[in-house]
Amino acid sequence: MASKAIVGEKVGMTQIWDDQNRVIPVTVVRVSPVRVVQVKTPEKDGYAALQVTYGSKRPQTLNKPEAGHLAKSGVEPGRRLVELRLSDVSGYEVGQEIKVDVLEAGERIDVTAVSRGKGFAGGMKRHNFKGQGAGHGNHKHHRAPGSVGACATPARVFKGTRMAGHMGGERVTTLGLQVVQADAERDLLLLKGAVPGPRGGLVLIRNAVKGA
Amino acid sequence: MNPTDLVDRASLRDDIPDFAPGDTLKVHVRVVEGNRERVQVFQGAVIRRQGSGIRESFTVRKVSFGVGVERTFPVHSPIIAKIEPVTLGDVRRAKLYYLRDRIGKAAKIKEKRAAR
Repeated sequence: MASKAIVGEKVGMTQIWDDQNRVIPVTVVRVSPVRVVQVKTPEKDGYAALQVTYGSKRPQTLNKPEAGHLAKSGVEPGRRLVELRLSDVSGYEVGQEIKVDVLEAGERIDVTAVSRGKGFAGGMKRHNFKGQGAGHGNHKHHRAPGSVGACATPARVFKGTRMAGHMGGERVTTLGLQVVQADAERDLLLLKGAVPGPRGGLVLIRNAVKGA
Repeated sequence: MNPTDLVDRASLRDDIPDFAPGDTLKVHVRVVEGNRERVQVFQGAVIRRQGSGIRESFTVRKVSFGVGVERTFPVHSPIIAKIEPVTLGDVRRAKLYYLRDRIGKAAKIKEKRAAR
């Protein structure tokens, strides 16, 4: 489990040059300081986690359970409540602020976000099927998936056979991205490579589970 | 304006002169050999300038020992030490790909007469 985690908002992609004048594709993530609303401990809650919020929200838009929960911790209401599962929460207390500078350049991280919804997608887009030929008498089957099974045996389609269906809009984790820059002044995080989800989407950042 | 502009601003260069397709440029390129760095000049005609912001790039074409050589540079690349405009070209296209099919005098670009 992650030893540190933070939550941010995807801004978009761009490129920067490294010290050897090579272009690095980067995703910009805005990590505004998060406030700890609740510290969950194994003794009390059965697992260790931080409940945090970020940004700001007008207090009159809160419903009563939310308002009461925030009033108990004395934390200003934020955009939403997010839970960060951590291996150890002993160093954290309610009301504490966590900023981008928990991460530093060069560190490996995992990024979790909800991918862009692609609607009902065919086999070619959803499972990288090859499709069929453009010519040689092919008629209206250029993007068709082909056969989905045999004949009288087994006389059914196996479960889990890859077919067309709803694609995207699911929780995706990209493993082992590298932090290029953590800018505490502007609350920005530059990550090498692509991050799932649309611009403005919520992004969960934890240190990498794989690799050294 | 793109939301990432505030990140790009640090990498944008302001020492790039104005130039357009058809112009002849001397591009001074930093070349790293081992741990030594020197500057190499690539002189030729701009045949394309495309993109915008940090991703804008341009292509310079020259004919070297009878072989056409094209190099594409990002406008804001740090490997460019200096861009020196040599002549202004008088062309009617934004992309001068037709130069690839021409050799010798036919590949010459008319020079723009200075405005009085």
